Amino acid sequence: MNATIGLPEVFRIISRSQETQDVFTLEMTPHSARKGDELLFSPGQFNMLYAFGFGDVPISISGDLTQRDRWTHTIRNVGGVTKNLFHLKEGDCLGVRGPFGTSWPTDQNEGEEMVIVCGGLGLVPLRPLLLHLEKHRNHYSSIHLFYGAKSPEDILFTSDLHRWSQSFRVEITVDHVEKDWRGHVGLVTHLFARLQTHLPKTTILICGPDVMMQMASQKFLEMGYASEKIYVSLERNMKCGVGHCGHCQLGRHVICRDGPVFQLNQVFREMNIKEF
Amino acid sequence: MCADLRSTSTYPCYNLPLKLLDELFSLLQRDGFQIIGPTLQDGAIRYEQVHCSNHLICGYVDHQSGGAYHLKSQGDLYFGYTVPQDSWRRHLQRPVETIWRSTRSPAGFDMKEILEPLIQRVFWGVRPCELRAIEIQDQVFLKGNYVEPHYRRQREDLFLVVANCIRATSTCFCTSMGVQPFLKGPENHKNPRFDLVLTELEGRSFLVRTGSSRALTYIQKLGLQEAVPEDLLMEEELSEKVHSDLKKNRGIEQDHLKEIMNSQLESPYWNHVAQRCLSCSNCTLVCPTCFCSTTEDVIGLDENTTERVRRWDSCFDLSHSYIHGGSVRKSVSSRYRQWITHKLVTWDEQFGTPGCVGCGRCITWCPVGIDIREEVKNLKALWLKS
Repeated sequence: MNATIGLPEVFRIISRSQETQDVFTLEMTPHSARKGDELLFSPGQFNMLYAFGFGDVPISISGDLTQRDRWTHTIRNVGGVTKNLFHLKEGDCLGVRGPFGTSWPTDQNEGEEMVIVCGGLGLVPLRPLLLHLEKHRNHYSSIHLFYGAKSPEDILFTSDLHRWSQSFRVEITVDHVEKDWRGHVGLVTHLFARLQTHLPKTTILICGPDVMMQMASQKFLEMGYASEKIYVSLERNMKCGVGHCGHCQLGRHVICRDGPVFQLNQVFREMNIKEF
Repeated sequence: MCADLRSTSTYPCYNLPLKLLDELFSLLQRDGFQIIGPTLQDGAIRYEQVHCSNHLICGYVDHQSGGAYHLKSQGDLYFGYTVPQDSWRRHLQRPVETIWRSTRSPAGFDMKEILEPLIQRVFWGVRPCELRAIEIQDQVFLKGNYVEPHYRRQREDLFLVVANCIRATSTCFCTSMGVQPFLKGPENHKNPRFDLVLTELEGRSFLVRTGSSRALTYIQKLGLQEAVPEDLLMEEELSEKVHSDLKKNRGIEQDHLKEIMNSQLESPYWNHVAQRCLSCSNCTLVCPTCFCSTTEDVIGLDENTTERVRRWDSCFDLSHSYIHGGSVRKSVSSRYRQWITHKLVTWDEQFGTPGCVGCGRCITWCPVGIDIREEVKNLKALWLKS
């Protein structure tokens, strides 16, 4: 392909919504007319978002695949650049490069059982896939979503979750709870401990903090699932998004280029080496 | 004799008397080339612009070992030294460069790429290991899915003049990394991507071989004579000399290297290295292949203009692996492990070439003299034991 790395393209925010206290969603469209009007991506891919004067950060795309006129990004206000993005309002501009990276498998065989495990913000890169599964519910023999959040207040996309729970299994757990919570409390790995699906026909997708992905993937292997059918989405420092800056290396992988979505067998060892 | 060699396995070869050096420089300059070559500055060799042969370092020999570098006046050769601390990387991947500018506008902001103007340049005196290093960086910046425009700009139209090594210092180990210190023809350097290769002969002349048709035109303009059998004999002797120097040096055995490294990823041995390593980044900054960079945005006082500045980064820096919540590689041992495994094993898996050319700069410029060859030897011993 050999594309030249371009500049961030200027986008304008068309809507902003607050998901939780520190998580927000921005929808944006190109500021000026562009070649090939459609904004295409695959679930699991990310864009580099640039805040004027502050720098850029890799952020997963959280929108609907079929909405091709905008990018949707769900972001946590956690660092210098994201804090700046946090304060952007409807009508403000930001820069976008992308989309970059590999994606979750979407072309599953008929009758596949889908198991999705996510922790915290790990739900964000899986949302486009979940929306896709919802639309093609009858292609799958079963769909299971296991989602762990810090507290009930940190649960993202509550209206999606409610709707999804009407058409497939959705189980949510939280780490800390004050009161008025009737759901699970504890680790997300406890939720799927008694999962029973047809092993060869099950695809598992995991996204969350490193420790959670280590534990969850280990657990699935112990349960007999094959590592080729398990996918994880990894995160490392990224500056360029195109494999040139060297920051997101994980052993033999350059995560922005070879990932972020990997088959577990490609990264299992690397994920489990301390400070790798 | 030369004609025979030419037709089979070597490039056309000529004799360039030193007295014609300035004429060659003038011809190149007349065609718009800027010449970058080895100069002596503040007691060290730096690759800088030269206008005539007087600007080139001449009559110096270096001696290098772990953590030590000595440059002394000796002999009358232009290329009596081996490799300096400086490398060509600085002229291709700029240590600090502004890559774009963004300016607020009524509609939001405008983006403008900043690309240095194209300057035709000659790199005069590229060591064979350095040529290999350039090819390795090409692989990273030009041969993947994305082309890096600033590197490409610097790399475009380079006129590469290679200087064969006629001796090695104790830190040299190129041959063990599959790099030839002495280029003669296609048989020991596939797909030549240089224009000229020089071998400095005693008696004040260069044996010159051409690797491109544009280089040949300069040879013709200078009216150079074909090399005589004595020249070729001397070339052969010099080649043998550098190879025999290298045989005395420790190298990095390539057999089982990947297996060795992979088996020791969680070894307590890394703590042993970390006790000596200062995490100073010197090894990565002198390395001719290291390519990591980071960026910072510099905003003007009026807050209306901001520039994206990119600068060299190092995997020994704590911030290199920073993600929200902290750095992944907090310990020095994990950073050393990242550096050495990347250089010797994972680079190949990422880009299809090893990341090390055996120039030995990381050994010489390590303030505590950590020797990559020794570390590999120790890791191998652990692997054999297990």
